[in-house]
Amino acid sequence: MNAAKERRRDLLALPWFWLVLFVLAPLLIVLAISISSATYGAPPLEMFVHWKDGHPVFDINFDNYALLGSDSLYLRGFLNSIGIAFETTVLCLAVGYPMAYVMARAPERIQPLLVMGIVLPFWTSSLIRVYAWIGILKENGLLNGFLIKLGLIHEPLVILNTPVAVQIGMVYSYLPFLVLPLFATLQKLDWTLLEAAADLGAKPWSAFFRVTLPLSWSGTMAGALLVFVPASGEYLIPELLGSAKLPMISTVLWTEFFANRDWPVASAIAVVLLLILAIPLFLVQGRQGAEGRI
Amino acid sequence: MAPLIRLEGLTKRFGETVAVDDVSLDIEAGDLFGLLGASGSGKTTLLRLLGGFEAPTTGRVLIDGVDVTHMPPYERPTNMMFQSYALFPHMTVAKNIAFGLKQEKVSAGESASRVEEALELVKLGGLGSRKPSQLSGGQRQRVALARALVLRPKVLLLDEPLSALDKKLREHTQFELMKLQDQLGITFVMVTHDQEEAMAMCCKIAIMDQGKVIEQGFPRDIYERPKSRFVADFIGSANILEAEPAGPGRVALTGLGVSCATKETLQAKGWIALRPERISLSTAPAEGGPWPSGVIEAIAFHGDFQAYKVRLDGGAEVRVATAHVPGDPEPGDRAWLSWPADAPVVLTQ
Repeated sequence: MNAAKERRRDLLALPWFWLVLFVLAPLLIVLAISISSATYGAPPLEMFVHWKDGHPVFDINFDNYALLGSDSLYLRGFLNSIGIAFETTVLCLAVGYPMAYVMARAPERIQPLLVMGIVLPFWTSSLIRVYAWIGILKENGLLNGFLIKLGLIHEPLVILNTPVAVQIGMVYSYLPFLVLPLFATLQKLDWTLLEAAADLGAKPWSAFFRVTLPLSWSGTMAGALLVFVPASGEYLIPELLGSAKLPMISTVLWTEFFANRDWPVASAIAVVLLLILAIPLFLVQGRQGAEGRI
Repeated sequence: MAPLIRLEGLTKRFGETVAVDDVSLDIEAGDLFGLLGASGSGKTTLLRLLGGFEAPTTGRVLIDGVDVTHMPPYERPTNMMFQSYALFPHMTVAKNIAFGLKQEKVSAGESASRVEEALELVKLGGLGSRKPSQLSGGQRQRVALARALVLRPKVLLLDEPLSALDKKLREHTQFELMKLQDQLGITFVMVTHDQEEAMAMCCKIAIMDQGKVIEQGFPRDIYERPKSRFVADFIGSANILEAEPAGPGRVALTGLGVSCATKETLQAKGWIALRPERISLSTAPAEGGPWPSGVIEAIAFHGDFQAYKVRLDGGAEVRVATAHVPGDPEPGDRAWLSWPADAPVVLTQ
């Protein structure tokens, strides 16, 4: 092995060390807990492998996973979470793509200002920002007051504590995660290509679907995943704006862990959620890898 | 016969800058027309006005008798070959060429055969399944050409078509483009900053400066008998001397105390242009004088000729390109100029 290769290996050691210590190890602990048994005590847990009379005893317990399949509460939680994450992703795309497009086509000197506008909300805690939505959406809140003043409605709309409120909060919170990668992709797009498309007879919409969209596909997918994955496990927004009426898998997990003190079932939920999210991710990445970079 | 392209008083302003300034121009069908100018002269903007990528501030564009001034590019009977080629990176060569055919809803079978034909035309047969990133610069240029030609436009617009190619390939491609144009009979309008390229390729050229067309016509006429100082200096190189009228077919060279015969008659104060290669240098006054004289300041060896820098007694500097000067003068020696009667060109502006 030559010196350059050796140096490369040394450099790579740091990220690997980080990944093993802070990603792989916690994941393995969660996996281990999910096949252990709940008991009374501190921690409320009997690990699947323990020492007895000087040798290890294996007591692997798959009941936690079986429970997830048998009680419809969990299935509904998963479906609600995935469903709302999907809706959030679609709505973020509908709002975020035009935003990113306009930003990328804006004069270069005002682009940093526009990016700043997208990033600025991050300077306030997301808890406070979501909390502010309660003030806007509640019955005697800002939105209802405004609409009544305009004379558009006479009775206040009930938005807070409904799925609509959760959806609004989710789209608001996750929009920047879609806009930023998409903007980065669109900014690099050669706009002469759109002139070429127009020259070859393509009307603006046709040019968009045949040139812009395919060339920004990687950014679109990256943004969509950055919204979909964390939105699936979102806990705070359904809790605050939906008052947990809709059982989300994140709220179910919270209940299992803190109220029922059933660590193994909570861990099993976490593992299943991870698998649901990771498998499509690997499929998408695998396909992109096979196609090669543009 | 009515011209294929007619530009009427075309002006394009970008804020305060006037990119194209009141240009009126006729281009005949079947011509290979060159728009020649330095960068910033407005030639590319003029081409973009023809293609529909810019809307003129005032004026009209007519193609084949139809007013296309406000027609978007996707409806115009023109196709453009972009300077950067603008090939779609996510499509194969064949898909790039078929892009416009698909837009016109040409059937798959006909599209495939026309793409094949276009690839053969630009000598890229068999490369249809490659991606643009897998091609050389010269091959990409051909794909861009094929993509524009496959739609059989009335006018093909070429924005600096050869500028991205290296010198050897450029010369070769010049001939190929001329051959193609001749073979297809499509009107080409080409933008270039390279005057040699424009001279060699185009049957007619227009020379632009600061948004205006200064002169237009056949390359040979413009080279041999320019009318303005700008063109005389821009096309090839020229010595420009101040002159005054001295009777029919004769001008007096201001400050030199000599006069010479000219083809055209100068009416008011003007200039004459003398190409360096048309001037002879001698160590004694030539016959038919008096001729201007001066001191040789520098000599540069160019292989097939030598360039002399002569400071005339009146203070003007003259460049002379000649193979041999009898007596082999050195820098510092006195020398006399002379030229044939048809060499000086009268300039009025």
